[in-house]
Amino acid sequence: MGRTSKLLLFAAATVLAGTMPALSAWQPQKPIEFVATAGPGGGTDNLARAVQNIITKHKLVEQPIVVVNKGGGSGAEGYVYGKASAGDPYKVIFGTSNAWQQPLVSKVAFNYTDLTAIAAMAQDEFLLWVKQDAPYKTAGDYLKAAASSEFKMGGAQSKDTDEVLTRMIEKAGHVKLTYIPFKSGAETAVQLAGGHLDSHVNNPSESLGQWRGGTQRPLCVFSPKRLPQGAKVTATEGWGDVPTCVEQGLDIKQYEQPRTVWLPGKVTPDQAAFYVDLMKKVQATPEWKDYIEKTSQVDTFLTGAEFDKFIKDDLEHVKQVAGEQGWLVK
Amino acid sequence: MDNLHELMHGFNIAITVPHLALMVIGVLLGILVGVLPGLGAPNGVSLLLPLTFGMQPVSAIILLSSMYWGALFGGSVTSILFNIPGEPSSVATTFDGYPMARDGRPTTALATAFGSAAFGALIGVILITFLASWVAQVALAFGPAEYFAVYFLAFASFVGMGGAAPIKTVVALAIGFAIAAIGIDTVSGSVRLTMGVDELVKGVNFVVAVMGLFGIGELLVAVEEEFHARAASSKIDWREVFRAVGRLPRHSVALLRSAAIGCWMGITPGGPTAASFMSYGIARRFSRRGRYFGTGEVEGIISPETADHAAGTSALLPMLALGIPGSATAAVMMGGLMIWGLNPGPMLFVDQKDFVWGLIASMYVGNIVAVALVLLTVPVFAALMRIPFVIIAPLIVIICVVGAYSVSNSYLDVVMMLGFGIVGYLFKKLFYPLAPLVLAIVIGDKAEDAFRQSMLMSKGSLGIFFANKLVTCLIVAGIALLLLPLVLQLARLLRKPAPSTDETTAQKRAQETAREKVII
Repeated sequence: MGRTSKLLLFAAATVLAGTMPALSAWQPQKPIEFVATAGPGGGTDNLARAVQNIITKHKLVEQPIVVVNKGGGSGAEGYVYGKASAGDPYKVIFGTSNAWQQPLVSKVAFNYTDLTAIAAMAQDEFLLWVKQDAPYKTAGDYLKAAASSEFKMGGAQSKDTDEVLTRMIEKAGHVKLTYIPFKSGAETAVQLAGGHLDSHVNNPSESLGQWRGGTQRPLCVFSPKRLPQGAKVTATEGWGDVPTCVEQGLDIKQYEQPRTVWLPGKVTPDQAAFYVDLMKKVQATPEWKDYIEKTSQVDTFLTGAEFDKFIKDDLEHVKQVAGEQGWLVK
Repeated sequence: MDNLHELMHGFNIAITVPHLALMVIGVLLGILVGVLPGLGAPNGVSLLLPLTFGMQPVSAIILLSSMYWGALFGGSVTSILFNIPGEPSSVATTFDGYPMARDGRPTTALATAFGSAAFGALIGVILITFLASWVAQVALAFGPAEYFAVYFLAFASFVGMGGAAPIKTVVALAIGFAIAAIGIDTVSGSVRLTMGVDELVKGVNFVVAVMGLFGIGELLVAVEEEFHARAASSKIDWREVFRAVGRLPRHSVALLRSAAIGCWMGITPGGPTAASFMSYGIARRFSRRGRYFGTGEVEGIISPETADHAAGTSALLPMLALGIPGSATAAVMMGGLMIWGLNPGPMLFVDQKDFVWGLIASMYVGNIVAVALVLLTVPVFAALMRIPFVIIAPLIVIICVVGAYSVSNSYLDVVMMLGFGIVGYLFKKLFYPLAPLVLAIVIGDKAEDAFRQSMLMSKGSLGIFFANKLVTCLIVAGIALLLLPLVLQLARLLRKPAPSTDETTAQKRAQETAREKVII
């Protein structure tokens, strides 16, 4: 090795060292793929695209990011893809709690343990909705009416969050409900507006437009305390005016759906740490606050042991409901 | 005339230099993604979506919807020239568009398609303008039972329709239903028919099936039968573009009937795909030259194209007023609405008048811009037919492979696409009809969901399909269409000895046409 090349090597090493960030040891070297486990336009897709937009706008990552939709099989397509990409840190999977709930109730070829959990970034609330001109004003009235005739409850997908909540209502309120699954919450909202259903348990953003338009109204929210007031939705009421279900005698304290972020399995701790850090940075931006507010979600950030505990608790609970209903697959 | 006043206000918003520029850009980009392999409208719109976040909502929706119009027109180009439909709704256009183009008349086929599509879109927009509030109400009346009835009607208009033997149609339908059932079932949540292939949980994508069945299948047939000898003889004539458009008014009955079917299926949430198939099916039965359908008939192009665009346009209304997206592209645009801070729903028409009427006005202007641009490009596209088959054939294979892969970046899709190619070839060789197969793949799954949701609601009683006037009418019309060929055949058999059969059938047909119109 000649003197010049030694000098050059040294110079190159210095330059490279300068570009190395101090905190995280791993940096992406090629484009990153965001996999939304839902079709274009759904809540999960919106999250993936909002995160992509924030990262690009604030230049949080040097590499370009593309969003792909793998929403087939109620999201199973995206998770199976994540499982098949084990060890690849350039695939980030965006989903919901169905990452651990779906394998319980249907024979899909993945489990959440095949993936590396990064974070739960936002929580969607659930409310009990009825048609605008329905006679009942409170959840108590609703349960009383439901006791004498079997009500039709709509929801998105089968044996998923909406149906689990429906079965919980049956149990807590001592009523029997006919659950009718549709493809999405938006579709369910329209069916309620048309009077084909008696109620549903949509997230706020899924029925916001319908509430404002006076086709349906929320009776109560499945949350330990009332939602933040925010702007008025209708002329007289906002989210903060909706009573909690416990207040109205329907004893279900809390039911939420987290929006979750995953990496494929078998990635290094450095790689996982990079994305945890990245999502934290995303959450600190004003655009994130704006996204949370516009979609009426609750801002949370669970990662590491906390996230793990959340999953375990939720699994325990869903297992119990699914077991009672005979949904569990071997 | 409140609406007219609002519309004028909308035109003030839509006809400004920046908005017109956006429309031209959007339409051109749309034609590009419509024609290019594997992009398609939903992908194109979602690629463009992040660019619109900084815009005014009206400007953003004008850009995206113009791109949508462009892509719809662009999609017809590949259907007609290469027999590769880009969107489910342009499948029916291939039935007569492709044979006509292959016969050396690509210019006529393209110009006819674009002209009738523009007519359909125009009728759709006019409907939205005047009946906005009423239309939103009609869509609300549709529960699962009514949905099923609409799909049933679409299927019924296909069974026993001319050409193939009814039993072959039923077989094709059944295979299509089986393919549609692959993946997760909405109603029970369980995994069906994946045959041990984990990835099949996502189901079979329509684009994958159609690219193979039509693109590759046709290619195999062409290789065998040496169609390609004729392909080079196509003439390029600018005047033919205007002549073809000028001839459209002669087919005014077909145009009006198809527009009516399109609008009806757009408002009732049947959607553009069901509309174009139904319109083609009904045209084939009631057109004077119906028996020539499939060989390059003008009305065989007019009927699906007009209905497709009439439905596509009027379907935008349920999306805005109710928040149900009528198509994949509409779903992406709805996601956009939320990000721009607007909530699709009944209040949009009250709160966001500028947005809604700006959009409606832009639909008039955008479609005019789109049809003008697209007619100008007809000779260019038609020139593609002059390229020798030895170059075109590998290009078609590339389009199909890239297109299938890009649906969800999966090799399995490419393999399935090639498999469908062989199925398509076999269907052609054995004289099985492809249309019912595709129809079942596209809406079989929805029809099944609707049927089972209805059964859940009624606790298993079929009475739910006769529970109110709307659903009863739809079901009875469906059954009538289903039995019609059988009745006609019986009548023919019974009257065989009498020589005046033709006259009576003609009378009968006229009566049925009249009845059909009442139903539609």
